[in-house]
Amino acid sequence: MAAAVELEGVNVTFGDFVAVRDANLTIEPGEFFSFLGPSGCGKTTLLRTISGFIEPTRGQVKIGGQDMKGIGPNKRPTALIFQNLALFPMMTVAENIGYGLRVRGVPRHERDEKVKTLLIQVALSEHGHKKVSELSGGQKQRVAIARALAVEPSVLLLDEPLSALDLKLRQHMRAELRAIQKRVGITFIYITHDQGEALTMSDRIAVMNAGVIEQVGDGRAVYAEPRTPFVASFVGENNRIRGRVSAVEDGFATLDTPLGALKGRNPVALSVGQEALLFVRPEVLRLHANGGTSGFAGETLDVAYEGSVSHITLRVKTGQKVTASVGGGVPLPAAGEELHLGFTPEDGLLLALPEGHGR
Amino acid sequence: MNGSLAFIFGLPLAVVVLFFALSAYERRRGIATGPGFFQRNGLAVGLYLVLAVGFWAFFIILLPQLAMVDMSFRPKLPPAQMGGPKDLYTLENYRYFLFGSTTSTAEWNWLHIKAFFLTIGVSILITLINFAICYPLAFHMAQSASAARLRVLLLLLILPYWVNEILRAFAFRVLLSSGGIINQLLMGSGLTHEPIDFLGADVGLYMGLSYAYLLMMIFPLYNAIESLDRNQVEAARDLGAPWWHIHAFIVLPHAKPGIASGCTLVFMLTAGALAAPLVLGGPRTLWFTPIVYDRFYQAFNWPQGAAYAFILLVSCILFVLVVLKAFRLSLGEITR
Repeated sequence: MAAAVELEGVNVTFGDFVAVRDANLTIEPGEFFSFLGPSGCGKTTLLRTISGFIEPTRGQVKIGGQDMKGIGPNKRPTALIFQNLALFPMMTVAENIGYGLRVRGVPRHERDEKVKTLLIQVALSEHGHKKVSELSGGQKQRVAIARALAVEPSVLLLDEPLSALDLKLRQHMRAELRAIQKRVGITFIYITHDQGEALTMSDRIAVMNAGVIEQVGDGRAVYAEPRTPFVASFVGENNRIRGRVSAVEDGFATLDTPLGALKGRNPVALSVGQEALLFVRPEVLRLHANGGTSGFAGETLDVAYEGSVSHITLRVKTGQKVTASVGGGVPLPAAGEELHLGFTPEDGLLLALPEGHGR
Repeated sequence: MNGSLAFIFGLPLAVVVLFFALSAYERRRGIATGPGFFQRNGLAVGLYLVLAVGFWAFFIILLPQLAMVDMSFRPKLPPAQMGGPKDLYTLENYRYFLFGSTTSTAEWNWLHIKAFFLTIGVSILITLINFAICYPLAFHMAQSASAARLRVLLLLLILPYWVNEILRAFAFRVLLSSGGIINQLLMGSGLTHEPIDFLGADVGLYMGLSYAYLLMMIFPLYNAIESLDRNQVEAARDLGAPWWHIHAFIVLPHAKPGIASGCTLVFMLTAGALAAPLVLGGPRTLWFTPIVYDRFYQAFNWPQGAAYAFILLVSCILFVLVVLKAFRLSLGEITR
């Protein structure tokens, strides 16, 4: 079976601005695939390139093994769900859902049948005759999904469709989207800047930054095994300390930093003398950790109690802030108290300093 | 005289009451929605608007019109006899329009009746032509033109209207006359051997009329299309719609109020245009507005002129209302 979507050396430039640079990617059929990145990282451009609204400046987009060059969005087997949904306000819910079928000249009775089925699928069977403006945010969302599914696309593209919803509904819709994807079994390509959405829903995630796909992998991989400093700091919280590698041994390396020698894993094979960044997640830092661990010493700036978890902010001697998240039940330090936060080398991660970052 | 005073002040009042009743009706039926007028503008500004618009509407538009309506129902009398025993309400001016005589009904006044229907018919045609010309341009300006291109287009559209309307009409005349540039070009290139009589064939009239009110069409259209979310066009395209389907089922329904107000404006103005028909009208074409003009200034029969003008006005209003009804638009919507 051919891959659902293949990107081969896709470049998109607008004048001098490179929106997408050398995107190479294969998305499998039936996969829930997310593009995660900050706004302006090129993820929407990439989505519009897949859907056919933008032709790549260089490179190839293949859908179902077929080159899509010169094929317009109305002829591609994709359906796009817009950020603002773009439902047609002058049509009823049923007419909205049936629009793609009407365009394709599907006879009326057949169309009505299909729309009815879709209305049931998205739990809106009572609302077919209503105007779009009479629906709630979550209902509109489901109409947009049904409208896109009506044309039986092989790939459904979603451009941050949940961003307009409030938190509770967003979380509910995450589960619902995932369930719909499992049910219909087609490829979903999801665009988001929200790592929570990407991590909870996706089979695989591509993390994008400044037009470049920095890492592709499942949620655990991009969270626990980031390969670039950007991925390490964008996905989840991370403390980072800069230094120079002083020793390398067996998958680990020691970094000379202004805070002393700190040891962490060395997955990208840094060599002695190289400048590097050490990343330590707040949740792996332990209070009052004793010998055998690397750590940070400093003055407690702030303790934010959130019930199940508390966030402790420490100011180390360079003035930098280090955050630790500790579970409930741990005796918390007071603000101003001198504190030592420790971590084992397995929980530290060393990555090369990105190019153009050297000073 | 008392009766006519009551007529003059009573009717505006009746119109106001009717207006409020209409708006209340639309509100109750849910056709018009949103916050009330004073809520949106504040009391002071709202009050000023009502008074200013009210004054303008009553004393500058409505009262003179009503005086005309009143006059149209009176006989032509020397000034000394006005208001005298002979000044009674009569239908003779309207009778003249239909039968060409103030007393007899034996024969139809075909000359004027034909001119009337020609005016209405051609106005409809001009409106359609204008729509066909303006819609693509308005769509381009509203949805795809860059900001710089838009500015240039707007300037190009507006600049020619700095030239006086009558001057523009004469320019068309010069351009299209048998010795004019266009005929010279046609003959020079060997396409024709004799000059084409554009003016006699009313080409000049149609062109002049179409051009005269182009802006009245383009701006309402532009405004309406501009408010359409681009994503809707893209969504339709993404769902497989060809371009004509998008226009017919997404853009046009959205722009319906703008289309209605543009067409209403162009139709009304064209039907009432005077300069273009006077300057550009062919010798065989009798347009209605010059007839009205002649009633006033050639026949010096003001009551008859008033009656003719009133006939044109009422017919146009009725026609517009019927068309609006046919397209299921409420009066409030076209002002959106």
